[in-house]
Amino acid sequence: MLARPLTAGLRAGIPSIASATLKQSSTRTFATSRSLLAQTLLVLEHKKGTIAAGSLVAATAASKIGGDVDALIVGNSDLDPAVEAATKISGLKKVHVAKDAKYDHLFAEPLAPLIKSVVEKGNYTHVFAGHSAIGRDVMARASALLDVSQISDIIAVESEDTFQRPIYAGNALLTVKSNDKVKVITVRGTAFEKAATDGGNGEKAEVAAVDGSAPTSFIEEKINQSSRPDLATAPRVVSGGRALKSGENFVTYIEPLADALKAAVGASRAAVDAGYADNALQVGQTGKIIAPELYVAVGISGAIQHLAGMKDSKTIVAINKDADAPIFQIADLGLVADLYDAVPELTEKVK
Amino acid sequence: MRPTLVNNLRVLVPVKRTIDYAVKIRVASDGKGVDTNVKHAMNPFDEIAVEEAVRLREKHKDAITKITAVSAGPAKTADVLRTALAMGADDAIHVEIPDNSLGGPLEPLGVSKILKAVIDKENEKEEIGLIIMGKQAIDDDASQTGQMLAAILDWPQATFASKMEFKGKLEKGEKVQVTREVDGGLAVVETSLPFVLTTDLRLNEPRYASLPNIMKAKKKPFQKLTLKDLGLEDAAKPRLETIKVQEPPKREGGAKVESVDELVSKLKEAGRI
Repeated sequence: MLARPLTAGLRAGIPSIASATLKQSSTRTFATSRSLLAQTLLVLEHKKGTIAAGSLVAATAASKIGGDVDALIVGNSDLDPAVEAATKISGLKKVHVAKDAKYDHLFAEPLAPLIKSVVEKGNYTHVFAGHSAIGRDVMARASALLDVSQISDIIAVESEDTFQRPIYAGNALLTVKSNDKVKVITVRGTAFEKAATDGGNGEKAEVAAVDGSAPTSFIEEKINQSSRPDLATAPRVVSGGRALKSGENFVTYIEPLADALKAAVGASRAAVDAGYADNALQVGQTGKIIAPELYVAVGISGAIQHLAGMKDSKTIVAINKDADAPIFQIADLGLVADLYDAVPELTEKVK
Repeated sequence: MRPTLVNNLRVLVPVKRTIDYAVKIRVASDGKGVDTNVKHAMNPFDEIAVEEAVRLREKHKDAITKITAVSAGPAKTADVLRTALAMGADDAIHVEIPDNSLGGPLEPLGVSKILKAVIDKENEKEEIGLIIMGKQAIDDDASQTGQMLAAILDWPQATFASKMEFKGKLEKGEKVQVTREVDGGLAVVETSLPFVLTTDLRLNEPRYASLPNIMKAKKKPFQKLTLKDLGLEDAAKPRLETIKVQEPPKREGGAKVESVDELVSKLKEAGRI
């Protein structure tokens, strides 16, 4: 700890990647003497050698604490290219690397005790990760092992111990202060800009695997293959709802419009439950939470659970036959029309 | 701990009473919470958990000895336990925590400790070998309790499950395949009993409790405990302090357009296409 304050102080005084890229207000009034002692560990998620977008967003949130940010990356197959990528993430001081077969697939049971061990050995005060499926799975387990309350899905860092997060499907915002010795935090993937993936020079440090069982084994993965942009990070999204009436109509109406706009395809829960679209395309409280530049909602009424997943989009367009649909209350541009006429016309004119 | 009898499995289903999912939330005037004087119900993911436990018994008959529903919270929490009983749970345990007695809302970490203590106590009667619970509560949206409970029990966890298939008998050490909803698709994993399963929406469609079953539920065993009984007066205290609760920034609905042409030109003006 003693070696830290100098560099931490420098970092706190210099606009770091945080102030350069942050989307929230830039009032970093919390760079006080206390934050000089902050030591943040960022748990990185990766796949096929690439760092997950959510981890890069978490990196930006972590950098707002003040103090050093180190990372932890684990795995086995495909780990080496991911480690190289991790060391280049802007703002990271050290990258702890644990390579072991049990860390493949980032299962929570072996990874949580490792996080606990790294946190305790390194005297980390904060642990950050993305609020992804893996982040949620692993971090809460690590949090319980550390005997601290986790703060999930934050959208703003108010100070080193105070964070803002949505509750009730985004219908209220909670500002919460942690009195725990270690703050374990997961970050909403759309709430901060992604940290730069170049310019960093993180120093690699090997970490030994922690003893313990790995009771879960991997059988197979069924990942949706698509040539379209990834829903979670696409700048434009076209979503279809129950009014599409069938999976064929999804292909006939929604996909061509998405392709014309170079957009990702999304769906409401009603459309997913009815089998018109795949689970992975669901936008909403129980699906993906996204914030694209342009969100086009076609035949979606706008239930609060759906709005929770897309209401931070920059521009929302709604096409719906029902002029009283709640989606029109938040849409920037609303068109009351039959989607079967309007969508093909729009597709043509966008081309 | 007694060993589990061969092919005998007791299932624990933790449930939470939350504001009904269809209620439009209003932030309370003191800025410290939301108006809770509204309709409450069982957390939807927990309904799926109860349903999964009941279906497991329907499929494996006598292999499931007992389905126990458990909840922690104020007196009214008993309502959701009655619902679980009416859906097919055999007995219920209510850890009663009077409103405002903890100095803040109960947190997932506290709940997981309460559940652990309940499990230790119940194991003296009949060991619990499987826990099925919701992946998150729709009030705090934390998505933590199942993972935390698995951690302190040192059990495996299978989170965000959309399918659960037992490969052999329902007994300790037996393998189970779980399909999990992950980013970008599905992942199939294998683990073994005992473990904690958390339910995703597509695991099943919960049944409605029928009137006769609601009547029968009233006669099922219902245990009441306090934090004192569990020795957890301090351990369940919140670690997080609510500074404030506020409305999200209101989104200004924009104008309606008359035609596709107008829509296209407005989008071009805004630089979106």
